[in-house]
Amino acid sequence: MNPDLTILLIVLLPAAGAVLNGLLPLFWPRLRKHETVIGTVGTGMVAVPFVLTVVLFVQGYGDPHVATFYTWMGAGDFTVSVAYRVDHLSLIMALVVTGVGALIHLYSVGYMHGDRSYWKFFAYLNLFIFMMLNLVLADNLLVMFLGWEGVGLCSYLLIGFWYEDLKNSAAATKAFVVNRIGDFAFLLAMFILVREVGSLDFATIFAGAEAMSQGTISAVVLLLFIGATGKSAQIPLFVWLPDAMAGPTPVSALIHAATMVTSGLYLLARLSSLVLLAPTVMGVIALTGALTALVAATIAMAQTDIKRVLAYSTVSQLGFMFMATGVGAFFVAIFHVVTHAFFKACLFLGSGSVIHGMHEVEHSLRHKGYRGAFDPQDMRTMGGLKRFMPRTGRTYLMATLAISGIPLTAGFFSKDEILFKAFEFGLDGHAFAWIVWAVGLGTALLTAFYMTRSYMLTFEGAPRWPRADEVQPHESPWTITMPLVVLASLSLIGGFIGLPHLAEKIGLTNWIHGYLAGHEGHPGPVAEAATQTHVGMPAEVGLILLGSAIAVVGVWWSWRFFACHGLGGDALIQGRFKGLYRWWKRSYYWDEFYDRTVVRGVIGGAEHGLAPLDVRLVDGAVNAVAKAAQRISDCVRRLQTGVVQAYALAIVLGVIVVIALIVS
Amino acid sequence: MQIPDLLSVIIFLPLVGALLAMVARSPQAVRMVALVVTTVTFLVSALLWVGFSVPEAASLQFTSGGFHLISDAYDIRYVVGVDGISLLLVLLTTLLGPIVVLSSWKYIQQHVRGYYTLLLILQTGMTGVFCAFDVVLFYIFFELTLIPMYFLIGIWGGENRIYAAVKFVIYTMVGSLLMLVAILYLGHMVGHAVNGGVFTTDYFKVLQFNVPISTQTWLFVLFALAFAIKVPMFPFHTWLPDAHVQAPTGGSVILAGVLLKMGTYGLVRFCLPFFPNAAFDYAILFGTLAVIGVVYGALVSRAQPDAKKLVAYSSVSHLGFVVLGIFAFTLTSLQGAVIQMINHGLSTGALFLLVGMLYERRHTRRMADYGGIARSVPLLTFFMVLTALASAGLPGLNGFVGEFLILVGSFSSTTPGMPLLTAAATTGVILAAVYLLWMLTRVFFGPVQSEENRSMPDLSRRELITLAPLAALMILIGVMPQPFLDRSEPASAHLITLMEQKRAAAPARPTPGMMRPEESTPSREDVQTVRNEWPAPEQPESVYPGARTARSDMHTLDQ
Repeated sequence: MNPDLTILLIVLLPAAGAVLNGLLPLFWPRLRKHETVIGTVGTGMVAVPFVLTVVLFVQGYGDPHVATFYTWMGAGDFTVSVAYRVDHLSLIMALVVTGVGALIHLYSVGYMHGDRSYWKFFAYLNLFIFMMLNLVLADNLLVMFLGWEGVGLCSYLLIGFWYEDLKNSAAATKAFVVNRIGDFAFLLAMFILVREVGSLDFATIFAGAEAMSQGTISAVVLLLFIGATGKSAQIPLFVWLPDAMAGPTPVSALIHAATMVTSGLYLLARLSSLVLLAPTVMGVIALTGALTALVAATIAMAQTDIKRVLAYSTVSQLGFMFMATGVGAFFVAIFHVVTHAFFKACLFLGSGSVIHGMHEVEHSLRHKGYRGAFDPQDMRTMGGLKRFMPRTGRTYLMATLAISGIPLTAGFFSKDEILFKAFEFGLDGHAFAWIVWAVGLGTALLTAFYMTRSYMLTFEGAPRWPRADEVQPHESPWTITMPLVVLASLSLIGGFIGLPHLAEKIGLTNWIHGYLAGHEGHPGPVAEAATQTHVGMPAEVGLILLGSAIAVVGVWWSWRFFACHGLGGDALIQGRFKGLYRWWKRSYYWDEFYDRTVVRGVIGGAEHGLAPLDVRLVDGAVNAVAKAAQRISDCVRRLQTGVVQAYALAIVLGVIVVIALIVS
Repeated sequence: MQIPDLLSVIIFLPLVGALLAMVARSPQAVRMVALVVTTVTFLVSALLWVGFSVPEAASLQFTSGGFHLISDAYDIRYVVGVDGISLLLVLLTTLLGPIVVLSSWKYIQQHVRGYYTLLLILQTGMTGVFCAFDVVLFYIFFELTLIPMYFLIGIWGGENRIYAAVKFVIYTMVGSLLMLVAILYLGHMVGHAVNGGVFTTDYFKVLQFNVPISTQTWLFVLFALAFAIKVPMFPFHTWLPDAHVQAPTGGSVILAGVLLKMGTYGLVRFCLPFFPNAAFDYAILFGTLAVIGVVYGALVSRAQPDAKKLVAYSSVSHLGFVVLGIFAFTLTSLQGAVIQMINHGLSTGALFLLVGMLYERRHTRRMADYGGIARSVPLLTFFMVLTALASAGLPGLNGFVGEFLILVGSFSSTTPGMPLLTAAATTGVILAAVYLLWMLTRVFFGPVQSEENRSMPDLSRRELITLAPLAALMILIGVMPQPFLDRSEPASAHLITLMEQKRAAAPARPTPGMMRPEESTPSREDVQTVRNEWPAPEQPESVYPGARTARSDMHTLDQ
């Protein structure tokens, strides 16, 4: 098949799905009831593009292929086309988006069963895939920005999906607005690029980079990075992601873990050769990533809502990816994007399966007349679920091991590579990379600990919900567990696409490195920082052993700790850390801080400052002029006394004045 | 396919319709007359789109008229035509015609005849404004729109309608009377300089004439003040919320959709090419006021408890973008400003329609009285969300195209300070999301609190028909704006080129003091230079020269 046509189909099929599932049932309510049709159309419109992407992948589009369709907008010398670019980088991302996307669509068929807005859910999900494909396949920044804001829109719509609860709608608005703050920086970066190189096409930007001054390049990269902190939930703009968990769980898996939140990394990887020209900003990126990883990991330690643990874990893992970006190892960042998509999607979908089960518990409890409070997402009321939901439990465990970095799982390879690259960059003379490396090691330990905690509290021990002996959940249907099994398997084996450097000794290469960064004389789409020093074999072995040990110790320690103390473990940790723990629990009061300063400043200022000012001062001035005119007329009106003698006197006086003027 | 006097038909058909409406038998007949006439007008105006020659889009097309308006002693003529910029605005006006008629179908139950008669007269005035190529003729049409609007607000408006109507008329009148003074002065001056002493307001004769720099300043101020009030620019905007809130839905739609565009159109059509030096001198002032308008309008909008007022203030914010684009003097930003005029007409028009539909159901504009109605009115919610997103500048919808071109063009402007202003204006993108999403949350989401909200009926077929074309255009322009941009680009490019040439031809040192017309005649050489470059044939139809190659001063790589 003609590649242009294939690309067109990949992009447009999800859009067609959104129209079919969205507009038709909107205007013809009778269609809303056909769940099977809606689910099939929705899933199919993502599965087919996945197959097509695999075809492109197998055909091996090594050289970038650009498919230009039409001029989107042009005015003066500025023109932007709707053009898509297929190269190794966009193919890998498109594979993840459509592959994981198709699985999550399938999962949603069962998960959303019976929801009154089933059709709308699939329409939004399809629209999301369409926008995400625009983002990753774009050949210029503006089409990418279309996808960028488009996924933000879908995120908004899906977080606020159950809009009857005002909290969800508020969380959705928060996500959109915080993302827009990032988008503001993205826009400014584009303005500078247009001014400097005259175009937003990637090829032109790279070609024009040499002519730009160092200051300009740094400004552009910094602005793009700020844009990325919005979408990829980094300090200072990460606050929206935990609240985004208000959306249905498949959404959290697809949008707020596997795909959309990684687009900031994709942006930097796409422009890697530009980023490499701004070494100072790279330091900022790496340190921001490290700080975010650490902060989010500590917060995750103290959360009791299963989805919030995963949300903060996502923020933390994204921090790891930014560390890789900051030390110039863009391909590693993308590698971690891929493995993270596997295990984090698996974890979220697993938590969804758990919540599904706990809803069942809640339903039975209510049926039996239980009136107390019940939160189906609270780990404190879970426990022992592996007995009732064995498949969910096993897959969740596999993904937990992967994210903790247990040797040979997917997370092990990608996380180790990040730490290795940071180490290497530090050896190369970049002092900040040492800090990044050390923080990365510490955070890896925390990760293993808090993720195992979440597994233990949920699946091990004894059930803690009320009347646990009478009320029991059941394993979810196959449409839910099948995606779990697939993703869990990938979490275990997916890492072999990126073997460590060491493997070359036995003749195995790092496939993803070669695929993304290219070989000698054959550069790939992703640039990487050139290093002068070489880490010797013993050191590399040492680092790998260190990484493995940290993961194993973290998991083992946490397992023993929570197996022994159960829920009481949290209290013990709290006792040990005291004040610090409160900060973790409350997310370092970050939200409160923004609320008191920015939100109250802007909205309070508008409500109590500008709005009254507008009425009293600006409009008051207008009305004052009007009143003044009225008063003057009132005065002048008095002259019109209606007394003829007075008029005669005035005429005489006037004549005298005129004569006097003429004579003099 | 040149139909003789097509443009005059489009302008005056609504006026004929107004006469018909006056003699129609029943209110229903009046409505039908109005609907048929506006629809036919729109269909006829579609011929303009079909017959418009894009390669010659800079030159005036479909010109007609030429007869003297007052007496032969004054060179004031009825001259109408369209170039690319006018074309888009005329089509926006005629499109909104039937939509406004349909939207008033149920709401207006008293004095139906008067309402539709005024509406039709108003449409003649608005269309004429965008087609007039004689300054006095423009002024006549400009003022013609004022009177029907005054009655529309004053008779069919809300509880505080008289105050709003009087404020609207007096405020805009103050501006336009000042402009009239400037027009008379200009007509005299140009008449003496290039028309053998005969007073003239022929657009092209004025255009060829280089107004002396000192005179430019105050003529520019008088013109620009009139238009700034009309736009409205900060701080002249306070008539707008009153007028909008009090006006009936149809009136608000016209006000936001078309009347405000007369201000920005006037800036583009007259202020810039007539007084280029002054325009350049005042660019930063206007840019700053525009950016203040963007931010200030958005913030004040967020503070409104009244949905209609919120939308009204959003206009202040959106039109700030347009004015910024105009005064950045790059082709890209000007093109963005032109398309944004259309975009604002579509999306804000739709927002007012939607708020009006809510009002018809619940008789309240207070957002606190709503909440959770997404469940009872899914279709209305769909259109509101779509329109709000278009208005907030989401890529893929129309608002983004205009905003982006304006901002990217202004950022590349060579005027010092413009990039900084552009960056400040870009915060409007964040704020637009803040106030629009706030409105959505407040009105449509959350729990349903009252029975009236729960049982609210969804869109009727008539309402669906009024919204569908606007929604379709929002998506179309968002995805494929090029056909629209192509039509206005030559005219915009011509304007930019003309301004630069006139600036280059102007004497370097300004003549001090204000002068009487005789004295202010520029030196022979000045007039001569311009004449050489822009030959002045006898007939106004052929005066407007064709498109020159688009020149823009966007790329300053040597920074």
